[in-house]
Amino acid sequence: MKFSFKTIFALLAMAFLVAACRTSDSDEPLNPVNPTAEIEGFLKIKEITNATHIIELYSKSGMTHLGYNDLKLRIKNKSTNQYEKGANVTWTPLMHMATMAHSCPRSGLQKSSVDGSVYGGYIVFQMPENESEYWDINIEYSIDSVSYTATSVLKVPASEKKTVNAFLGNDNIKYIIAYIEPTSPKVATNDLVLGVWKMQDMMNYPLVDGLTVKVDPRMPGMGNHSSPNNVAAKQTAAGKLYSGKLSLTMTGYWKLNLQLLNPDGSVVKGEEVSESNLSSSIFFEIDF
Amino acid sequence: MKQLIILSFLLLYSFNFKAQMVQDSGKSHHIQEVIVIGATKVSTKENKPLGSIDEYLQKSSKVDMIKRGAYAWEPLINGMPTERTLVTIDGMRIFGACTDKMDPITSYIEVSNLMEASISSGQEGSCHGNTIGGSIDLKRNKSIFGTEKWNFNVNSGFESVNMQKILGAEAKYKSQKFYSDVNFMRRDAENYEAGGNVEIPYSKFKKVNVSGVSGFKIGENKLVEASVIYDKATDVGYPALPMDVSLAEALITSFKFQILPVNNFFKSWEAKVYFNNIMHRMDDTKRPTVPIHMDMPGWSKTFGYYSHLKSIVRNHNLLLNINGFYNKSSAEMTMYPNDKSEKLMFMLTWPDVKTLAQALYMEDQVQMDEHSSLKLSASVTAHQNKIESEFGLNSLQIFYPEMNAEKTRILKSFATNYQFDNNSFQAGLGLGYGDRAPSVSEGYGFYLFNSFERYDYIGNPNLKNETSLEANAFLGIKREKYSSKLSASYFHISNYIVGKIINDLVPMTIGARGVKNYTALEHAGIFNISLNTEFQIAETLKWSSQLVYTRGKDSEGQNLPFMSPFGYQTSLKFDLNKWSSEFLMTGNTKHEKYAMIYGESETPAYFLLNFNLGYQLSVGGTKVFAKAGIENIFDRYYTTYADWNQIPRPGRNFFINLNFNL
Repeated sequence: MKFSFKTIFALLAMAFLVAACRTSDSDEPLNPVNPTAEIEGFLKIKEITNATHIIELYSKSGMTHLGYNDLKLRIKNKSTNQYEKGANVTWTPLMHMATMAHSCPRSGLQKSSVDGSVYGGYIVFQMPENESEYWDINIEYSIDSVSYTATSVLKVPASEKKTVNAFLGNDNIKYIIAYIEPTSPKVATNDLVLGVWKMQDMMNYPLVDGLTVKVDPRMPGMGNHSSPNNVAAKQTAAGKLYSGKLSLTMTGYWKLNLQLLNPDGSVVKGEEVSESNLSSSIFFEIDF
Repeated sequence: MKQLIILSFLLLYSFNFKAQMVQDSGKSHHIQEVIVIGATKVSTKENKPLGSIDEYLQKSSKVDMIKRGAYAWEPLINGMPTERTLVTIDGMRIFGACTDKMDPITSYIEVSNLMEASISSGQEGSCHGNTIGGSIDLKRNKSIFGTEKWNFNVNSGFESVNMQKILGAEAKYKSQKFYSDVNFMRRDAENYEAGGNVEIPYSKFKKVNVSGVSGFKIGENKLVEASVIYDKATDVGYPALPMDVSLAEALITSFKFQILPVNNFFKSWEAKVYFNNIMHRMDDTKRPTVPIHMDMPGWSKTFGYYSHLKSIVRNHNLLLNINGFYNKSSAEMTMYPNDKSEKLMFMLTWPDVKTLAQALYMEDQVQMDEHSSLKLSASVTAHQNKIESEFGLNSLQIFYPEMNAEKTRILKSFATNYQFDNNSFQAGLGLGYGDRAPSVSEGYGFYLFNSFERYDYIGNPNLKNETSLEANAFLGIKREKYSSKLSASYFHISNYIVGKIINDLVPMTIGARGVKNYTALEHAGIFNISLNTEFQIAETLKWSSQLVYTRGKDSEGQNLPFMSPFGYQTSLKFDLNKWSSEFLMTGNTKHEKYAMIYGESETPAYFLLNFNLGYQLSVGGTKVFAKAGIENIFDRYYTTYADWNQIPRPGRNFFINLNFNL
């Protein structure tokens, strides 16, 4: 009896869930004028306007945040109300500090399809804004040999969990390491993706090739226990992001202790975790 | 002291129940031991009629009990724990829902609704499923058709060592076509005191057990029987463990169809379908200081059936048992971080493991001549495990990236036993081979903390079947006033499943030494020998004694845990008319061959002296039986090889059991 009642309840719950999902379909936050499959799953962060165009900036969360940001943008012509397909776009995020300004690691912008109107790339904000210091983004683009530009402030608030480390390695190079995947960690062996960049100058932050990032996930709330079968992150080819394996044996707060290694195996930054040393100086945090 | 006044009844009626059901219990001379538990006249002679089932089983020379507290002891058969043994209730498979083995099957029933426990050693116990060490089948107590009669009784008891109050009631009805028994029992105990009035915190428990069984005659020789047991234990303390149990609840139901003897060829047929559902909730909310608060609920649900066909062809007693079951075991663990802003820590410790088994068991008992008989038995089982939870599968794939959700095994068992019996002299020899699948914990457990070894355990889905080759023998003599039986068995267990340390992995459980995963040792050997003697000194005076010794070693020369050192029990029983009395001495020698790598340490020798006195009287139509006694007369503070984390056992205990029947 109990069993069948449960089954009925489960079916009802499922039916409710299906119904709930369907209603949410109609609330899809995409632009109803020009719905594009390319932008599906992304939410608009803001619109950046100049005299001729409206630039729509998107991310999965509808916000920009500290660390790695997967972003998309498209450019709407104010006069035709059409999205530009043949633009040549570059972007420059800039941190305005009291005495100086600097940029951050970022990719170029690429169209996901030849015929598309959406340009995608990533930006890694390595520090948060505060009362006197802020990030903005300058977008320069040319259409049919005519150049345009637009600039807008971006919100990069301080985050509760650390997903980016900016530090000086013992080789005197300033590195930035950012956590990229998994965005939705699971109790499983997750595919880990992270990026390692160096600060060449105030404006240029290229990806670094050939290093290794050792990952030691620990749970400080539960005896700082570790997990097995993690694989250090490496590149599959020069110019690529770093990928490895991350084992998470339960949900909750994990600290991913990092060690950055040179190709010869020597440590550039980060300490091994032991009973006396509970954390490395470079780490990521996740809580799921 | 009010409880002492409440009278109780033990069922004293003496139908020729046994005579009528003799085809049911079969020729039990091959069964190693039958412990009479329930409400037959015999139990008035037991030293403590309202003792727990555990206390009854402990009397067997084959059974030991691992104690984690005052409640729900884990039975060992031939020194082997739950994974290697088989405990059934009337042939039904039931699986505990606790990852820490805090709820053995024996904890979900009560003495008041059991008649007897059949204890079989090794492969002789493989009728109801695969086993290595042996089996215990707990047989329920019930009426049988007869002239219409009502019967009521009330049981009551009190034990001073933990202020345990026992109260039970029973109503029975029978007629030519119908019988029904309803039984209720409640126990409520506070913390017990070890010797020297040392209170053992977290050792209290409460338990309620209700059971009913009804049978209808649906034809001249056909009957149907429905049975239900509901058992609920709450606030159960486990002083030897870091956690207690707030709830252990079981619903055990069955429906049986039986055809009684028709002719020899078709002696009897019994078919049963059953369902049981167990819910177990471990928590640590009663513990004042824990490094982190956690909840560990578990669920186990089993559907099963069997069909028992008995037939006699000339001198062959044949038994065919076709049986199968489906079990789903789930358990999870939620830890509440001290930093409340962090998310809850959650894991599946038993990842919705489904077990499907289908077995065929055949047995032939050949009466070779007047004195000798041969029993042959064989079984084959198709056994499948499947992880139904994707979350759980992903979790285990952290350790075993290549593992599949499903695993199928074929389990086999063969046994042959020869017995010679010319009344005054008996001898037997047996050989057996059997295997078993890893238990849910051994195969699929995820971070199960063993508080004895202090290691977190990870299951291993790639384990091979554990196989056992055994030999057993006994010699017995029986004279008019004297009987004695010496029995021994040896088990050579291959692919012996144990934990092995995973290097460089920091344990999850705070305070644990490390993490182990289950692997198999090449082999292990367990030897068990016991001597039982009875001597009728005078018509009213009987002296009986039991000596046991168990030795276990693995292929690396290490001792195995929970192996009984030399243990003894000797009693002097006095029976005169309505009086019965007993002096009992029990103890064991120093546990020297302890298994250090499995967390054991040396325990000193001990002995206890118990005494009890019973009196039976009739007042009008009402029979009253009273039994009072003292256990651990010298109030010894002691612990034994079978006590989890060396938790001390109860000190001096005064008890009284009252049984009232009308």
